[in-house]
Amino acid sequence: MLMISPRMASGMQEKQYTPSLLSFFIYNPTFGPREGEEEKKILFYHPSDVEKNEKIRNVGLCEAIVQFTRTFCPTKPAKSLHTQKNRQFFFEPEDNFWIVMVVRNPMVEKPNKDGKPPTIEYQEDEILDTVYGAVVRQCYSMYKLFNGTFGRAMEAGGVDLLTQKLEKFFYRYLQTLHLQSCDLLDVFGGISFFPLDKMTYLKIQSFVNRVEESLSLIKYTAFLYNDQLIWSGLEQDDMRILYKYLTTSLFPRHSEPELAGRDSPLRPEVAGNLLHYGRFLTGPTNLKDPEAKFRFPKIFVSAEDGYEELHLIVYKAMSAAACFMISASVELTRDFCEQLDALVGPQLTLLASDICEQFTINRRISGPEKEPQFKFIYFNHMNLAEKSTIHMRKTASVCLTSVHPDLMKILGDINCDFARVDEDEEIIVKAMTDYWVVGKKSDQRELYVILNQKNANLIEVNEEVKRLCATQFNNIFFLD
Amino acid sequence: MSEEHYLELSENPVQFEHASSVNNVFFDEANKQVFAVRSGGATGVVVKGPDDKSSVAFRMDDKGEVKCIKFSIGNKILAVQRTSKSVDFINFIPDYPHTEFTQECKTKNASVLGFCWTNWNEIVFITDQGIEFYQVFPDKRSLKLLKSQSINVNWYQYCPETAVILLSTTVQGNVLQPFTFRNGTMSKMSKFEIELPVVPKPAKLSLSERDIAMATIYGQLYVMYLKHHSRTANSPSAEVVLYHLPREGTCKKSHVLKLNTTGKFALNVVDNLVVVHHQSSQTSLIFDIKLKDPDCAVNTHQPVLPARSIHPYRIPLSGPAVVPSQPPVPCQLSSKSHIKQVSIWTKTAQISKLLYADAVWSGWFPGYLWYLQVKLPPTVNLLQDKGKLMDFLLRRRDCKMVILSVCSQILDGGDKGSLPVVATVFDKLNQVYKEYLEAEQTYTAAMESGASRGSAAQKRPIRTQAVIDQSDMYTHVLSAFTERKGVSHKFTIAVLMEYIRSLNQFQITVQHYLYELVIKTLVAHNLFYMLHQFLQYHVLSDSKPLACLLLSLESTYPPAHQLSLDMLKRLSTANDEIVEVLLSKQQVLGALRFIRSVGGHDNVSARKFLDAALQTGDQMLFYTVFRSFQQRNQRLRGSPAFNPGEHCEEHVVHFKQLFGEQALMKPSTV
Repeated sequence: MLMISPRMASGMQEKQYTPSLLSFFIYNPTFGPREGEEEKKILFYHPSDVEKNEKIRNVGLCEAIVQFTRTFCPTKPAKSLHTQKNRQFFFEPEDNFWIVMVVRNPMVEKPNKDGKPPTIEYQEDEILDTVYGAVVRQCYSMYKLFNGTFGRAMEAGGVDLLTQKLEKFFYRYLQTLHLQSCDLLDVFGGISFFPLDKMTYLKIQSFVNRVEESLSLIKYTAFLYNDQLIWSGLEQDDMRILYKYLTTSLFPRHSEPELAGRDSPLRPEVAGNLLHYGRFLTGPTNLKDPEAKFRFPKIFVSAEDGYEELHLIVYKAMSAAACFMISASVELTRDFCEQLDALVGPQLTLLASDICEQFTINRRISGPEKEPQFKFIYFNHMNLAEKSTIHMRKTASVCLTSVHPDLMKILGDINCDFARVDEDEEIIVKAMTDYWVVGKKSDQRELYVILNQKNANLIEVNEEVKRLCATQFNNIFFLD
Repeated sequence: MSEEHYLELSENPVQFEHASSVNNVFFDEANKQVFAVRSGGATGVVVKGPDDKSSVAFRMDDKGEVKCIKFSIGNKILAVQRTSKSVDFINFIPDYPHTEFTQECKTKNASVLGFCWTNWNEIVFITDQGIEFYQVFPDKRSLKLLKSQSINVNWYQYCPETAVILLSTTVQGNVLQPFTFRNGTMSKMSKFEIELPVVPKPAKLSLSERDIAMATIYGQLYVMYLKHHSRTANSPSAEVVLYHLPREGTCKKSHVLKLNTTGKFALNVVDNLVVVHHQSSQTSLIFDIKLKDPDCAVNTHQPVLPARSIHPYRIPLSGPAVVPSQPPVPCQLSSKSHIKQVSIWTKTAQISKLLYADAVWSGWFPGYLWYLQVKLPPTVNLLQDKGKLMDFLLRRRDCKMVILSVCSQILDGGDKGSLPVVATVFDKLNQVYKEYLEAEQTYTAAMESGASRGSAAQKRPIRTQAVIDQSDMYTHVLSAFTERKGVSHKFTIAVLMEYIRSLNQFQITVQHYLYELVIKTLVAHNLFYMLHQFLQYHVLSDSKPLACLLLSLESTYPPAHQLSLDMLKRLSTANDEIVEVLLSKQQVLGALRFIRSVGGHDNVSARKFLDAALQTGDQMLFYTVFRSFQQRNQRLRGSPAFNPGEHCEEHVVHFKQLFGEQALMKPSTV
């Protein structure tokens, strides 16, 4: 992807290339231990048009590196390999199954005079291991969410089934990876929670409980508003990846048809059903369609005895979305969907307008002074809550940030420092561009602040951050 | 079936000698007393009231047949009517002359229909030509006419609680003129007309006193009119029409009770319910005028419950004369039933006259007088709509235990779709609870501010049984419910959250033990993430006990530590606790920085911090903490040394051992 550098030289056009995916493959060394059978090790390889021998060579190299580094530390084999042109990330999610992602380093192309080919300068240090390491782990988690573990596919149908599943899943998934916009938030993999007053929250609780009681097939429910989580009946780790799927994939694909014009094709069939705005985001698009299929995506979540397979029903009314999860062993019928639609649709519509109203009131009360003049990222490891004023609304394709990538990199670096020690820390950095960057770690919480006050001194910056904590985070225990 | 009788007779009836040729029996509604007058009083008058205090026995001279006999309020003066012209009085106040004195009615040629005591010394004579209001002077043995009004009277009714007398006037008798009496004054209220189903031609007395009754329902006075079914007026069944009689303003037709049947009826008012007894079916109906019926037009009411007979009554066995093993007596109405006089038809084939009075079901059956009571437990199964049931129960007098048992029953049922019902019930309970809390608050505020100004003393709000507070719910319903086996934890938690939601909706502060119950339940099912989310949205309100409870969960759920610290921080009164928590985690510097940030550094115990620093085994940490306190000492007292009271001697020794004497901060010489 092309991006014009803000540091571009006058006159001469420099071209900057952001990091991009070179290859992505999955292998298991135990599947082809003998010479001549190396190809059997490879379960998935992207891009698929690479020549067979090259695939084998690349896999072999990774295997060798991991094997070699293991001799130094048997419990922690290599996680990444830095080279001039690219960086490789290794991840072993299940015994002997390895996922490798190769990312091309960002580079600057400097045109030369007199028609000479341009000089290419690789920026080896620009990308962060933590960020892309997290991306690889996320790839696996997403696969696991929809397919279960690799081991499960092996049990069910051997290598053939596994390769089939990998092919089917990663072919599409890799297209949605946008490596150039990966940053600290990918490391956190957090969940943005919707701020809500107690009473409205309790109403949502009441709604969820009632639905689960009258449609007893429903095992778990999650409730989101404005792409932010309010309630999860799933365990934290499962919710984390489901949240990622919902907010980066499912929701962006379904723009608000309520907002579309009356005659817009986006607007769902509402004839005779003007009582509510509820609709299925997964499963049937139109319940009235006699041809409608009642098939829902299946997901795998952890259970007491391993994992369980569930139908994922996502139902939305205005900005409120409810995810209902039902054991996959049950076949979902038209009858059930109609029942759900009739029960949930009106209630969810009402609730959505309640939340909206409450939210506007709260915002009016809290006033503009709560509107932060700071740019910050907050993350709490305990509940995975993240909050960022740096990132714009996520869309399906890109994650827009309002700060320069260099600053994002500093944030990533500070995060790496924090990860190394267990104790509370505070790091203050003056960036090249006159910005101050402050990182604070208190217990399980991390806060990163970017201040645009080039004339401020260290003490003033410290005071400023204290003020921010006092206004924005006054209801949590945050050591100064 | 026997569990369905929702009306019963009181356990201890008033017993008296039954009416005979030598024994006249009278009933006074005002004092609820039964008078048995033997031989005109010569051989004795026995007065029995609902309790022993109001029971008296005495003798008086036989001066002719007694027509009416009543005590004034507090048994001070006895009034006896023997002729149609006058009323006789006997003092019952000690030390006052006991000789009878007599008052003739002032109006010439009028005959006294009856009299009513409106106070201990105020009496009203009702004659066919009007009313006369007297004050009695027992010491002077004379009466003084306070006021009189002439008006043609067919018959009258008296409501003792409100001291209102209702007079039937005009030829047809359907124009009713109420008067009210208070502290020696008589005021005429606005008259009103009862709509007759058929207007007779020629005009004749058409409204019988038997079809009219007065009663206070929910603190308001109503005139009840039993409107019989009439073929000509095209009304398919009888109904009771209620006219609201306010202290000021005009009387208005306010409620219509549909009886859905015809025949003979009798009325009672018990616990603000209108009870209608139907003679031929021997059953009773109850109506609650506050219960809104969505299927009916405004202020038209259907019976709350299906018709049932009164619970069979077993006559108390007393004395050898009573036939052994007498079967329970089913309560029935006689064929001569009408509004004022009801009879009980017993199996022993005795028809006895029975008087009606407000809340009193009385019988001259072998000489018993009962109170009629509403039994609430049977209503629970008769009223399927739980919301309506709650509305009904919350207005009853002895409702608490029944309501709590209904709550338990709903939670027990585990019926599908019971959560909305649970929610409705909780909301109804908390509505009443909130109203009481608010009244209590207003009262307290008024007492605090108004007591000095001597404003009219406000009445302390009465806590009725309908006020079901959190501790009632906890003790009788929720704690047992959460411990019951075989209930899905989802349902348990949903119910608890529903209760908390309802309390919040009515802005009632939730008690700490309810939160504890929620936490206990969540922890028992390993639902820590749920708990975390509840805390995140402050559904479980902050408190020190809750924070401590969370701290105790840390070993099973590490994030509880953070949740607890956050809570302590928000409380802002728990800085000491925060320091303790941090020190226990060996976060000595963190604790020190925290106490400094909240400005408590000057007052903390140095020893506590030094101990904690020592325990970590980190020498540099010990050094830092030690020096920090030396600096504090310097700032506060001008010397880095510790006071003897701080008990830091051993730490000083330890410091010297580690870092040498010279490392100690020297007193700065100013």
